[in-house]
Amino acid sequence: MTRIEKKFAALKDAKKKGLVIYLMAGVPDVKGTIEAVKAVERAGADFIEIGLPFSDPLADGPVIQAAGIRALKGGMTLAGVLELVKELRKFTEIPLIGMGYINNVLHYGAEQFVADAKAAGLDGAILPDVPHEESAALRAICAKQDFRLIEFVTPGTTPERLAQTCESANGFIYAVSVNGVTGEKKIDYSIIGKVARKVREETNVPIAVGFGIGSAEAAVEAAKDADAVIVGSAVVRRLMDGKTKEAEDFVASLRRALDAAY
Amino acid sequence: MTTGRFGKYGGQFVPEIVMPVLTELQAAYEKYKDDEDFKAEVRGYLERYAGRPTMLYYAKRLTEHYGGAKIYLKREDLLHTGAHKITNALGQAVLAKRMGKKRVIAETGAGQHGVATATAAALFGMECHVFMGTTDIERQKLNVFRMKLLGAQVIPVSSGTGTLKDATSEAIRYWAAHIEDTHYIIGSAVGPHPYPTIVRDFQSCIGNEIRAQAKKETGGRIDYLLACVGGGSNSIGTFYEFRDDVSVKKIGIEAGGRGEAEGDNAKTLSGTGKPGVLHGAYSYVLQDGDGQIVEAYSLSAGLDYPGVGPEHSYFKDAGIVEYVSVTDQEALGAFRRLSEIEGIIPALESAHALAYLEKLMPKTKKDEVVVLCLSGRGDKDVQMVAKALGEEL
Repeated sequence: MTRIEKKFAALKDAKKKGLVIYLMAGVPDVKGTIEAVKAVERAGADFIEIGLPFSDPLADGPVIQAAGIRALKGGMTLAGVLELVKELRKFTEIPLIGMGYINNVLHYGAEQFVADAKAAGLDGAILPDVPHEESAALRAICAKQDFRLIEFVTPGTTPERLAQTCESANGFIYAVSVNGVTGEKKIDYSIIGKVARKVREETNVPIAVGFGIGSAEAAVEAAKDADAVIVGSAVVRRLMDGKTKEAEDFVASLRRALDAAY
Repeated sequence: MTTGRFGKYGGQFVPEIVMPVLTELQAAYEKYKDDEDFKAEVRGYLERYAGRPTMLYYAKRLTEHYGGAKIYLKREDLLHTGAHKITNALGQAVLAKRMGKKRVIAETGAGQHGVATATAAALFGMECHVFMGTTDIERQKLNVFRMKLLGAQVIPVSSGTGTLKDATSEAIRYWAAHIEDTHYIIGSAVGPHPYPTIVRDFQSCIGNEIRAQAKKETGGRIDYLLACVGGGSNSIGTFYEFRDDVSVKKIGIEAGGRGEAEGDNAKTLSGTGKPGVLHGAYSYVLQDGDGQIVEAYSLSAGLDYPGVGPEHSYFKDAGIVEYVSVTDQEALGAFRRLSEIEGIIPALESAHALAYLEKLMPKTKKDEVVVLCLSGRGDKDVQMVAKALGEEL
């Protein structure tokens, strides 16, 4: 049992939708990331994804690409992210999930990464370039260390693959709302809602919908058939501009809208 | 279905969004690759439009220059649009047509694959978007205009370093958002499965033709096979047919650029590259101590890619192919040499393979045979070479 399961259980008891906020480690800088974590937790975030910057982030749109480059230019490394997580754990018990790309993990050594990440205080990892077909070895490593490897479904995931994913999923299932990459855009969330209901038939693992959510209205729509929503670019964009207070207010607006609607 | 491995290399390290379309492509390719009607259609375009088979030319003066083995050049430079790239572009465009896609997209570095894809799209009346880094657009203005003439839309990519690797990432991102009506014609034997296999299969006509032509020209004897390696499409096409022939020594030549320092070369297999994941495949990759991808450098825009096709990684580990490098300066020397001795201006990429003759030929005997894949013609590089040689145009 990690902080992720405990938080989802608490949300269920309180009949609340979960709010996952993505922050890039090292944006605007290390100190700024620590402040941002405090700010978004204060504003009502339930989970925080910590972005592990990669030079070639295939699944990310312009905002998070730029944030990754900023972090790398500032000297952020995978080991540096783990140091940052240790700092965060001095003051928060919010579930923290690392989100990055497989090459950094392989270079670090997958087994070593999971052990060090767990010890630092991460509860799981999201690696968007590792689909179910490529994740068996990593899943086994994570399972051994009680570390969550978050899996994905999308509107295009076939029923056969959806069933396979649900069978091995733990922590939560990341439901990608739209074909494309991360970033704020207008999306018909009823499509992923249908997918979420199919997931619900297969597993009790919570569902978090992400990609494209840029407003409180979008968060409410996206949360309809899900347990949580994930918001990244809309927050990172504000942090890139050094507007931590604005980011905090934005997250608070998401919290209020979700609590009012559900 | 398998996720396509060459030994431990390859695979499908892509976002979930892309998985359905890779599965669709895999199924379509399985269906058509042995389909006589499909094969005849592709062959028809290759023979009557692109100019296959290309000649196997005995380079008599170059042979005499070295005084060793007989040197034969596989003249891919004589193909329509000036390089081997058209073979894959036409094959994949026919496949895209059969899959009912109305748009093709491509990434390009030097612009050769972009031009080839734009050409195939024009021929089949398909919409075409070519992703190209802003740095490369500046370096390759002529090819940018060629693509526009062919009706393609060139989309500038300013993310990252604005070069081929960023253009490739952006093409994959665009594809992820337009999977229903778009086929991504990847230009080299890289990317997630099934691309390395598809590109290799289309390009393996190079090796097949060499085998058949060598029978007539040399009684079938080949001692050395040489090809340059960037992403590795002309080289995999050259080597694949001979992968089990231990008597044929296969040498892949990478770009040694301007030195050994990180970021100064493209020696993915012959230098400091380590296995990792770039653009959907597990293969050798140039990366730093933290697993960040390092920008590759070469004077030749077709070779400055920090990854390499996964089958080459397998060939390296299995000892099937030897991978070496030559520098910018050595390639420039070979560029001039072939122009002066044989009246053939080679592409700077191919000039890398030619430059390796300097090292190889003194070790060869007169009765031996060297076959070198002359992957493209050098017209596109003339400006670049003039600049490198300090000449005003």
